Amino acid sequence: MTSPAEPVLPNRSRAPELDSDGITRLDAIIVSHRDREGPLLPILHDVQAEFGMIPEGAQPLIAHALSMSRAEVHGVVSFYHDFRDHPTGRHVLRLCRAEACQSVGADALADQVRGALGLDWHQTTADGRLTLEPVFCLGLCACGPAAQMDDRLVGRATTDRVVTLATEAA
Amino acid sequence: MRVWVPIDAAARALGADDVADAIRREAAARGVEITLTRNGSRGMIWLEPLVEVEIDGVRMGFGPMTPEDVPALFDPGHPRALGPVDELPWMKAQSRLTFARVGVIDPLSLDDYQAHGGLAGLRAAIAAPEVIVQAVTDSGLRGRGGAGFPTGIKWATVARAAAERKYIVCNADEGDSGTFADRMLMEGDPFTLIEGMAIAGLAVGAVQGYVYIRSEYPDAIRAMESAIRIARGSGVLGTGILGSAHDFDMEVRVGAGAYVCGEETSLLNSLEGRRGTVRAKPPIPALEGFLGRPTVVNNVLSLATVPWIMANGAEAYAAYGLGRSRGTMPLQIAGNVRHGGLYEIAFGLTLGEIVEHIAGGTASGRPVKAVQVGGPLGAYFPPGLFDTPFGYEEFAGKDGLVGHAGIVVFDDTADMRALARFAMEFCAVESCGKCTPCRIGSVRGVETIDRIAAGDLDAIPILTDLCNTMKWGSLCALGGFAPYPVMSALTHWPEDFTGPAHRKEAAE
Repeated sequence: MTSPAEPVLPNRSRAPELDSDGITRLDAIIVSHRDREGPLLPILHDVQAEFGMIPEGAQPLIAHALSMSRAEVHGVVSFYHDFRDHPTGRHVLRLCRAEACQSVGADALADQVRGALGLDWHQTTADGRLTLEPVFCLGLCACGPAAQMDDRLVGRATTDRVVTLATEAA
Repeated sequence: MRVWVPIDAAARALGADDVADAIRREAAARGVEITLTRNGSRGMIWLEPLVEVEIDGVRMGFGPMTPEDVPALFDPGHPRALGPVDELPWMKAQSRLTFARVGVIDPLSLDDYQAHGGLAGLRAAIAAPEVIVQAVTDSGLRGRGGAGFPTGIKWATVARAAAERKYIVCNADEGDSGTFADRMLMEGDPFTLIEGMAIAGLAVGAVQGYVYIRSEYPDAIRAMESAIRIARGSGVLGTGILGSAHDFDMEVRVGAGAYVCGEETSLLNSLEGRRGTVRAKPPIPALEGFLGRPTVVNNVLSLATVPWIMANGAEAYAAYGLGRSRGTMPLQIAGNVRHGGLYEIAFGLTLGEIVEHIAGGTASGRPVKAVQVGGPLGAYFPPGLFDTPFGYEEFAGKDGLVGHAGIVVFDDTADMRALARFAMEFCAVESCGKCTPCRIGSVRGVETIDRIAAGDLDAIPILTDLCNTMKWGSLCALGGFAPYPVMSALTHWPEDFTGPAHRKEAAE
């Protein structure tokens, strides 16, 4: 592991899509976590919260700071559903597709919502406003079908309710 | 006037925040002074948001509430009045040990926690750390995450292991559909989990703990982080816990949307910052776990039950239960049911009693067709097996599993072939890719079920054979148990597989 006295980031020209401000922000995230046991996931979560995605240019810098290979970091980023190498829309609508929600009509709800919004899974509206994602269980299994509009959880979701929330989000 | 409005995610999903706001507004408008506490959920999800108001020293329930129902709360004779909450049949018939405080206390009040028996277990453990492992062993507690491994034996292994640093890792990656007990406990009584982990640390000589919580549970993450901060500030965590010579601290780690990380070795890899692939065993995590050091990996409920055992004695806990399934299990009743929620009861009720009497049958009013127990990897039980008693061995004897005790009910509109296909598809999406039977088998499983759907009945023995290969050849429970829902569907509802192709579409 790099000692705290050394600069965390190597040759910065290797991260073309991160400007100097982005690199400063990335540096701060790495420094805040790198002495923890198993720092990579906390770093990636913070990077995604900061940048809305894991910029490809961030990966070699994180790898260097943690004495990992770039392939290892890329392997981790690509393994987990949560980590993205592209931004989502400004709002994210998630519909639960797991069994408990299926038992109370989640499939039909999803079909209707997809039709009403003109979006399929993982798609974003052309204006970048809304992304539709599936989710496998929000832990709301006794009040399904469950949905999540940004931070807002919705139990016993109906098509009207979900489409209204999705449409109202500016 | 004392008022409680749950802050549990399910209650919030049903509008509890709006109800709480409406109560504050109405009280202000009427000039009534209130103390509003955001408690956990009592577990009666069909009554959420369930508001409680203290009247003559008794907590009276009102639910399900909407903001429009709020003004009448301040007048007598509310149409949604339920009576004393503790006297409701759902509450009265339970044996709430692990969930004793959930829904009762302010989740983040350490005073409230101690006033309801909190920290008694940790104090007993500090007084006699050498007896903890024996007490947990004698209680008969088995891993509540699904595998059912005796908790005491795991702890004894870690305690005996010689190492400079050991860990307590709590598996809060509750990804199984139909389960929400871990979430409810972390949101409703997070100090119990902290206390259980501290006791585990004392028992095995570990000074550091991690709670690995799935990212789909932001409310639980917030509650645990706040509770850990409070516990640290009050000397429950940190150097010299509760003034003793023992140190223990812990932190939250957040998952990243991989179902397989609920498997303990995959979770450890994820915690270390690697891909969440499964590790071959041996070595077992108890000897070579997090960062290669001896590690206790336990489910939330296993750890959260230990304070009760330490406070009340192993014998008292073991007095509950059936056969080798001792103690209580927080059942999670979900899906198409009239009364869904959390119900903690001793092992031994039959599945039929749970589905017909406690859950009250289906919400749709249609006949029950299938009940999936134990999450996406659990078997589908037909009503013909409703006499199966709830216990680890009893369910295994019927080619099923108790798992994390999620119970998902389906009515007669369920298409079992589609559900079997979903199980294979889910396994294919979530497979970590390390072993071939799971990675390739699940993809072939989807294809084979599609062949059957297209009318090729010769594919049925191929599916059976494939399931056998996955069951015995996979490295972990993901590939190894995915055959349970598939084979149970095929065995109990063959007509859903062999009937006319596209029957579901034709019926619509």
